[in-house]
Amino acid sequence: MLARWFRKVISVVPSMLLLGVLLLAWEGAVRFFQMPSYILPAPSRIAYVLISERALLWRDTLVTLEEVGLGILLALVVGISLAFLIFHSPVLERVLYPLIVASQTIPVFAIAPLLIVWFGYGLLSKVIMATLIVFFPIVVNTVDGLRSVDEDVVNLLRILKASRWQILWKVRIPGALPFIFSGIKIAVAVSAIGAVIGEWVGSQAGLGFLMIHANAQLRVDLIFAAIVYLSAMAIGLFAFASFVEWLALPWRRAAR
Amino acid sequence: MKIAVRNIVKSFPHNGANLRVLDGVTLYAREGEFVTILGPSGCGKSTLFNIIAGLLSPDAGEIWIDGNPVPDGRGHVAYMQQKDLLLPWRTVLENAILGLEVQGIPREEARVRARDLLARVGLQGFERAYPSQLSGGMRQRVALVRTVLTGKEILLLDEPFGALDAMTRMVLQQYILRMWEEFRRTVLFVTHDIEEAVLLSDRIYVLSSRPAHVKEEVAVDLPRPRQVTDPSFVALKGRILALIQDEIKEAFAHAREMV
Repeated sequence: MLARWFRKVISVVPSMLLLGVLLLAWEGAVRFFQMPSYILPAPSRIAYVLISERALLWRDTLVTLEEVGLGILLALVVGISLAFLIFHSPVLERVLYPLIVASQTIPVFAIAPLLIVWFGYGLLSKVIMATLIVFFPIVVNTVDGLRSVDEDVVNLLRILKASRWQILWKVRIPGALPFIFSGIKIAVAVSAIGAVIGEWVGSQAGLGFLMIHANAQLRVDLIFAAIVYLSAMAIGLFAFASFVEWLALPWRRAAR
Repeated sequence: MKIAVRNIVKSFPHNGANLRVLDGVTLYAREGEFVTILGPSGCGKSTLFNIIAGLLSPDAGEIWIDGNPVPDGRGHVAYMQQKDLLLPWRTVLENAILGLEVQGIPREEARVRARDLLARVGLQGFERAYPSQLSGGMRQRVALVRTVLTGKEILLLDEPFGALDAMTRMVLQQYILRMWEEFRRTVLFVTHDIEEAVLLSDRIYVLSSRPAHVKEEVAVDLPRPRQVTDPSFVALKGRILALIQDEIKEAFAHAREMV
């Protein structure tokens, strides 16, 4: 276990080194060309803001996190329900699938102002925005997961007179779980996009709101700091989703 | 008579025509009898089993169980295939009790019964392993335990050892014989391996090539345990081989006519 952790740590060393080199080059370039901070702040300046403005950044991160978290939960409920409907009824599949795919071709930017008009400047419009971005990979992966089960296994249970409910519960859902987790991990990685766009278009708090305001005041260092917090939040959510997956699928980590 | 299959006919649409697969198959098995259905591959053995199991309906013919006609064998039979069909997210023990669980047997009771049977096929100590950690032979032993544990009186075994190497297969044959001798379930066994058929069965039905009907019924009157090198064993094997070769020749002749 410890050895595996150690190997994992070792494996990220090269990318950390590259990142370090890039940051050093950035720092050097800014100092050498005497770049003003309102055009491009040096990494050291951004690092300073990360800490000096932590109260502000943290408060807005929590706002965005709440929007994203609720958005993902809503997307899970809506996405998995839709997936079950599509799986169980060919008619509903023909009705729903094209609409679900079409919904993804509409740029979120285009509907963001509408959602603000309909659902206000507060939490709800951002949650819906995040949900719209996130539910698609969950629906598609869940449908694929429900279909991934070997029909011979289903037949095995049918011969024993298992009910549809038993087949769903004992075979289809456990078989779909790895796919659902893949969908969640994709969803989590992009989830911040919807919320932040919503905040740009109209809001009173959140990292997107902070960015817009910092931009107006030429506080580019603060914009970068907000981006760092936003990435850290997304990485944290991804790690959390991976951890839940690790807990839920013990058979996947069994040695082969 | 435990199970009787009478005049089963089944065709499938194929390239716009109707391809007849089963052409009036009639066979039976007595209570506790080990009956093998032997035939060239692609002759419709699995189709026949799917009909008995209730996954397909026949175009004509009847299935009788315990002297009564039934729509199909569902609820009376347990099915085992070449694929082990174990659920990868369940441990060996949880896989073994799947059939009992579906029938509403309390899990604790099911586990006790499964542990006992798993030990008897040499899987003691593997109860908590996942299928991905087992060899093909071990996985198929788990599938065998799951099949026997369902408690069904008729076991349909469709080339259960078809995917295993020769040595593993020999071990599994011994396990299946032991299980059968202990529980005396009625077994319908499909194979295209003549030696396997003679080693295990009380009676063998040799099927014709497609469309399949019973070409000959062969009683295996050899004392158990049987020795594959025994002269009478070898003689019987030779007799069945001759029957099958006739069938293959006919199939070839038929194919040539079609060209």
